[in-house]
Amino acid sequence: MSGTDIGFWGVPLAMFAGAIRVSTPFLFVSLGECLTEKSGRINLGLEGTLVFGAMSGYAVSYLSGSPWLGVLAAGISGMFFGAIHGYICKLPKVNDIAIGIAMMLFGTGLAFFFGKPFIQPQAPHLPSINLGGWSDYPQIQSALEINPLFLVGIVLAVAMWWAFKNTRWGLIIRMTGDSAPAALAMGYSVDLVRFLATTVGGFFAGVGGAFLSLYYPGAWSEGLSSGQGLMAVALVIFSRWNPLLCFAAALLFGAAGAIGPALQSVGITQGYYFFNAAPYLLTLFIMIASVSPKRSLKGAPGELSITK
Amino acid sequence: MADIAQQDATPAVYGGLAELLDRLRRSSEYVLIPLFALVAAGLLFSIFLLALGQSPATFFSLLWRGGFGTGFSWENTLVRAAPLILTALCVAVPARLGLTIVGGEGALVLGGFAAAVASIPLVNAGAPSFVVLPVMGLCAIAVGGLWIGLVGVLRHYRGINETIASLLMSYIAIAIMNFFVEGALRDPANPNKPSTQAIGEANMIGDVPGLGVHWGLPVGIVVAILLWVLMNRTTFGFAARVTGGNVRAARAQGLPVGRLIVISCAIAGACAGLAGFFEVAAIQGKANASLAAGYGFTGILVAFLARQNPLAIVPVAVFLGGIAAAGGLIQRRMGMPDATVQVLQGLMFVVLLVSETLYGRMPFFRARGDKR
Amino acid sequence: MSAFSLNRRTLLKSAAIGSLGLTTGLLTRRPAFAADLTIGIIYVGSRDDYGWNQAHAVAAKALAAVPGVKVVEEENVPETVAVAKTMESMVELDGAGLIFATSFGYYSPFMVDAAKKYPDVQFRHAAPLWTDKDPKNAGSYFGYLDQAHYIDGIAAGLSTKSNKLGFVAAKPISSVLSNINSFAIGARKVNPNATVQVIFTGDWSMPVREAEATNALIDAGCDVITCHVDSPKTVIQNAEAKGVKSCGHNASQADLAPKGFITGAEYKWETIYKQYADTLAKGGELPNFLSGGYDLDFVQNTPYGAGATPEAIKAADAAKIEMKAKVPVYVGPLKDNTGKEVIPAGTVHAPYDPWIDQINFLVEGVTGSIT
Repeated sequence: MSGTDIGFWGVPLAMFAGAIRVSTPFLFVSLGECLTEKSGRINLGLEGTLVFGAMSGYAVSYLSGSPWLGVLAAGISGMFFGAIHGYICKLPKVNDIAIGIAMMLFGTGLAFFFGKPFIQPQAPHLPSINLGGWSDYPQIQSALEINPLFLVGIVLAVAMWWAFKNTRWGLIIRMTGDSAPAALAMGYSVDLVRFLATTVGGFFAGVGGAFLSLYYPGAWSEGLSSGQGLMAVALVIFSRWNPLLCFAAALLFGAAGAIGPALQSVGITQGYYFFNAAPYLLTLFIMIASVSPKRSLKGAPGELSITK
Repeated sequence: MADIAQQDATPAVYGGLAELLDRLRRSSEYVLIPLFALVAAGLLFSIFLLALGQSPATFFSLLWRGGFGTGFSWENTLVRAAPLILTALCVAVPARLGLTIVGGEGALVLGGFAAAVASIPLVNAGAPSFVVLPVMGLCAIAVGGLWIGLVGVLRHYRGINETIASLLMSYIAIAIMNFFVEGALRDPANPNKPSTQAIGEANMIGDVPGLGVHWGLPVGIVVAILLWVLMNRTTFGFAARVTGGNVRAARAQGLPVGRLIVISCAIAGACAGLAGFFEVAAIQGKANASLAAGYGFTGILVAFLARQNPLAIVPVAVFLGGIAAAGGLIQRRMGMPDATVQVLQGLMFVVLLVSETLYGRMPFFRARGDKR
Repeated sequence: MSAFSLNRRTLLKSAAIGSLGLTTGLLTRRPAFAADLTIGIIYVGSRDDYGWNQAHAVAAKALAAVPGVKVVEEENVPETVAVAKTMESMVELDGAGLIFATSFGYYSPFMVDAAKKYPDVQFRHAAPLWTDKDPKNAGSYFGYLDQAHYIDGIAAGLSTKSNKLGFVAAKPISSVLSNINSFAIGARKVNPNATVQVIFTGDWSMPVREAEATNALIDAGCDVITCHVDSPKTVIQNAEAKGVKSCGHNASQADLAPKGFITGAEYKWETIYKQYADTLAKGGELPNFLSGGYDLDFVQNTPYGAGATPEAIKAADAAKIEMKAKVPVYVGPLKDNTGKEVIPAGTVHAPYDPWIDQINFLVEGVTGSIT
């Protein structure tokens, strides 16, 4: 094992590895939320969707023996939650933020309720793809053990970014989000577009949950999500509704989360509470540094209740 | 037209009474629709229980017993409601300006922490409780107010979304507290549960005489009433509501939008900080990780259910406290998991919020002659 | 106060009559006989958490088997006023005569207050906290898991190749620190080159961070990982996935790591709960303070897994016999990891010395800081 001790280089490497390992759920939830918000609606309930997705994905993977079936089940259950949210929010006088919070409670409640029998059993995990075979360092090899969902997430981010700009559907969604009257004038059903966007957004969030239970950390438990779904929603605003920036923000958040354990592993142990809070501190500082009151939120959908 | 003719024909003597009844009928909308929603949610949940082979009758009778059925249950309910009133106010006040603050948890934690820290030199110097407690309370209010006030500053002067900022800052607040509680301010008397030095039995706030509930409950109710008056009966409240309705219009009117935002946020944070003070001075007796018990997050729900009305927050908090109080009895008697109550809560809230779509749609509640 | 109490009793009675048909036996007040006893058990997390709470829940089934005893349980009760009210509710509404509070933070002020409020009800708490200044109807029961972690350390010290052992810990509190120290002392006793690296996650249950900590330790060269968190499943699973060895904690995690599991430190709560159950069945009184380790069969080690080397098994088996004979682990001279002498030469701390409950340092050979 000699020659593999890389000392302080372990910290940036751990951050890199952490970014890949931890970012996927943030990425999927924020892409789902990005789609929903682009259509002019906010879904704060994705935390509940994520938790339910994690539970249902794990349960189905355990019962069927196929982790990919679990991912699909997580997505479909997420779609179901998204559809409920989408349907309710189109009713007049209903506050989408409040419904989101209630759905978050409902989703986590259902997940905990039905998840009890699945805490103990071991479900088959998603496989990983090893891209680090070229390196002699076990640290690099393990950092480059990548889950296929991470790659799917990257493709999805790029595809969404491209589609918002270049496709008819992208245009319709953006128009619905920026000005409902304009979309109506063009003959599109605002309610239908938002319903579909929320439903598909829920699917993504459910898949993000499946990553947590089926890959990393890789087991279903009630403490599995420590607010990842909620933070991911916040990251969408942070990344100005740009799917590529969502990807960057998810990576940044994942990397910052790895700082705490990595620093302790090289012997810097004082103040680990602050290192553990690094993702939140970093996000806040970046916002303070980059946002200015004069430049209003560029890219913000005009119809969004939270930014009005 | 027929209605108006009828009204005109009513003898003047009965006019007052008829009008009163009419107003009652119209305002009953705000009671009957939520009641209807709760019944609907109860029915849906009964189906859920039946599908699981459980008895809804047992469930709801236990819910009633555990939350409201006995004197003890009321104590249990009210003590759980007390912090929720204050943390819900932390959401409701800025909501009038159109701000969505979700970081009450952070202000509560730091407020409670500040109160505990402030008590240390005073307790060590042997100060009497009538000195210790006010200082603790003021520190909690000040720190809570500063914390959420800072969110308002960031919002107004840096254009940072207050929802994200307050969420991030609540995680940071918990980290700050843990850092000190497990480090510099750790009391060696608690080797296994890192805490600050205890404020001492003599400085603990007792229960309201004759009621097994600490003073946080009446104080919370009084604060709710005061804030209702502030938001509905003063120029400040009016200006805040105008700003919440349309910022540009408010600016055009020359309203000090920035100051309104910062002050409202500070008031909100002060409420949550006060909740933290009561957690320390009435419950825990010291600051430790148990301060972050999620009251701040439940408060968000209370505020939204109360439609951001400070007065409505009180009954909603009691209702939520009651369900939480009954949760234990249901677990014990029916052997169902703790999440059962969470499912019921989630369902109730979704249905209650959906029922808001009914307002103004039912002909029964309309004013006579209103042919909308 | 008295007026209200009176009022409350009346209320309780009338309510009981009113709902007699629905919930019978609702108001069985404090029982006169042990054979007619309701026991309440309170957990801080989920009963199926593969860790601390589950260990209690499984063992406490021994109590339910006693004739005439009824057990009521409540899970996910936070260490706030909620637990105070849960205890009161168990007494007031279920007529509980004995309550087990299984989480550390339940004790003060909540359980102490409840014991003062209900002098006829017995309260027992799972940590060595009771002193004779506390109410006589309260008490403590506890297993000294550091003895089993010492055995883990011995097995780990002889199963490592890199001589680096990793420890994922929740918080730097005494009960965690004593486990880390015992693990390190055991490992370094059989393998003086071994070092233990600690990462504190800051939380009792935070799976993502626990997994990150495990990976960070492995990247730093550790080839045996153990932990002290509420639910060790994540740590053991991730260690196994990375091909390193592991030692368990709280309950058996042998199934999670078929290739790399060495052994694990387990509570044997059933010894205690069975002892309580027998006492109750005979109508006897529960002791105020009950604690022990290997000698009283309150703790044990998980059967060795594929990760344990033959030398490790041999040395660990020998150490188990020592532990049963109450051979002390903390023997001077002992330095902490800043070089300060914490036990002078010639001083010995016996296995149940209260000194162990107050440990506030990491021993020499441990990388990590408690602040």
